[in-house]
Amino acid sequence: MTYNINDKGYYGEFGGAYIPEMLYPNVEELRQNYLKIMAEPSFKKEFDQLLKDYVGRPSPLYFAKRLSDKYNTKIYLKREDLNHTGAHKVNNTIGQILMAKRLGKTRIIAETGAGQHGVATATVCALMGMQCIVYMGEIDIARQAPNVARMKMLGTEVRPALSGSRTLKDATNEAIRDWINNPVDTHYIIGSVVGPHPYPDMVARFQSVVSEEIQWQLKDKEGTTKPNYVIACVGGGSNAAGAFYHYLEDTEVNLIAVEAAGKGIDSGESAATSALGREGIIHGSKTLLMQTNDGQITEPYSISAGLDYPGVGPMHAHLYTSGRAEFISITDDEAMTAGLELSQLEGIIPAIESSHAFAVLAQKKFQPKDIVIMNLSGRGDKDLQNYIDYFKL
Amino acid sequence: MNRINKKLQEDKKLLSIYFSAGYPSLNDTVSIIQNLEKSGVDMIEIGLPFSDPLADGPTIQASSTQALKNGMTTEILFNQLKDIRKTVSIPLIIMGYFNPILQYGVEAFCKTCQEIGIDGLIIPDLPVDVYNEHYKAIFETYGLINVFLITPQTSVERINFIDSISNGFIYMVSSASVTGSSSGFGEIQTSYFKRIANMNLKNPQIIGFGISNHDTFSQATQYAKGAIIGSAFIKNLTQNGLASISKFVSQILR
Repeated sequence: MTYNINDKGYYGEFGGAYIPEMLYPNVEELRQNYLKIMAEPSFKKEFDQLLKDYVGRPSPLYFAKRLSDKYNTKIYLKREDLNHTGAHKVNNTIGQILMAKRLGKTRIIAETGAGQHGVATATVCALMGMQCIVYMGEIDIARQAPNVARMKMLGTEVRPALSGSRTLKDATNEAIRDWINNPVDTHYIIGSVVGPHPYPDMVARFQSVVSEEIQWQLKDKEGTTKPNYVIACVGGGSNAAGAFYHYLEDTEVNLIAVEAAGKGIDSGESAATSALGREGIIHGSKTLLMQTNDGQITEPYSISAGLDYPGVGPMHAHLYTSGRAEFISITDDEAMTAGLELSQLEGIIPAIESSHAFAVLAQKKFQPKDIVIMNLSGRGDKDLQNYIDYFKL
Repeated sequence: MNRINKKLQEDKKLLSIYFSAGYPSLNDTVSIIQNLEKSGVDMIEIGLPFSDPLADGPTIQASSTQALKNGMTTEILFNQLKDIRKTVSIPLIIMGYFNPILQYGVEAFCKTCQEIGIDGLIIPDLPVDVYNEHYKAIFETYGLINVFLITPQTSVERINFIDSISNGFIYMVSSASVTGSSSGFGEIQTSYFKRIANMNLKNPQIIGFGISNHDTFSQATQYAKGAIIGSAFIKNLTQNGLASISKFVSQILR
């Protein structure tokens, strides 16, 4: 059994490309070319160079001593929060903008929920001098004003998604419609390991730099490439895909995916897809998703805008159903408490998405000898207002 | 013989109308279908509403969203349609996205369609290769015609493949667009229409997307067996209600 993608574009029974014929040429062009382009020495060189000089990679693997003392185990933080633009998202947008250039595209579109992927896309478009349009739900635009301003400052046009529930899934629908209407000159930079094949695989490969670095960084510090645990939060699942990637087939390494329980799994306000979802089709991929009995996609909830997606990438659906990864869901309150704890023990304010992963430390028992890698996917600057409101700071 | 195939043999250009079931009101479905047949429409696409209709523009999405708000479900639609063949004889096609059908169960869905007298399905996000590998046998067991889309970007090779596994008609998307986008056909579209007409495919073609009035209907049917109107019909329903259906159709067919 393999936990990675097969040659038909599926992870186990999940994945594929369930797309209208209008999208077929765009997706097919990408499918036929992405591996070839990624293997080109000139592509690799440019990608690696930008990750190093522009993004600031490798991101440190930091031994969190006070956190380790508290939980009586060895905890390392993979510092994706120190990347340019403040999260792991930029690893993927750098890769995809280079891909788009090699495919001869001149116009970039993207969807965004909280605005993190939108900012990461706007950033690389400014860097490459490409036209950029980001679709964002009308409600999210109101909730995430600083990121909207960042995108505008970077020269991107932010278009409100006015349809449906006017949040991330609708922004994704609008971006897909734009791509249908502009099939020739436009590349769609999807922000997570979701969407039709080859997107989940391509995004996972661009994010796989995270676990590639963990391997050699851990070797330096502990004399082994293998931790006992890798823990990451999952919305669509791109930071987890990157942190898990080089450990997928190595079952000695325990993988823990952390979903947002929102106000509680049974509260009706949750984004814990593995617990609440069923197999179905969302945004061109067969995966687990939250839906009504009738197959209508439902609106999730989490305090963290980056985790409230009603589906999960097909890789994660497979990791869940095969039992390869353990899935844990964390409530808003547990995440906020964990975020405060990390801030005060280590002097690092995490993104609320990442705080969900840290909440696992209080819930799960680790051995003193265990090496636990926490993927610190993003920094908390963008969430300051949420923290202020929650803790009455 | 399937009603669609029989209809395609008639020596005339066909007008097919799409509407979202459950819109404007939940229980308008049967009445809209009966009115369309009485008005001289040749074929009807009954839209099964979906929360996230990727291939549709704002008009159809808005009617879908309203239909869902009105309470439309797959079960309710099938209930509304259960006696439809007592009053309606033209071909009826259900057009819907794959997820609601998958949740109902593909085989159960097809079986119910056959019992009701539905003749075919259009499922834009069920790719032709997945259909061919996993679902073709089920559709055929229940006598349903599955209709595939082609666009100006579809390669000749793929058009031939789609033609080879189709047994009704090919739904020709007029331009690279979502529904309801364009108005009027230019040089690019007409040369695409001609190119496809000259391929002499075994399945007749029906053109959809961008047909809104008598002129675009006539233009499209110069090159194809028929044309489909969706967004323009829904807009008319929104503005003028069910009573305006026959007037709308007669303006197209005048």
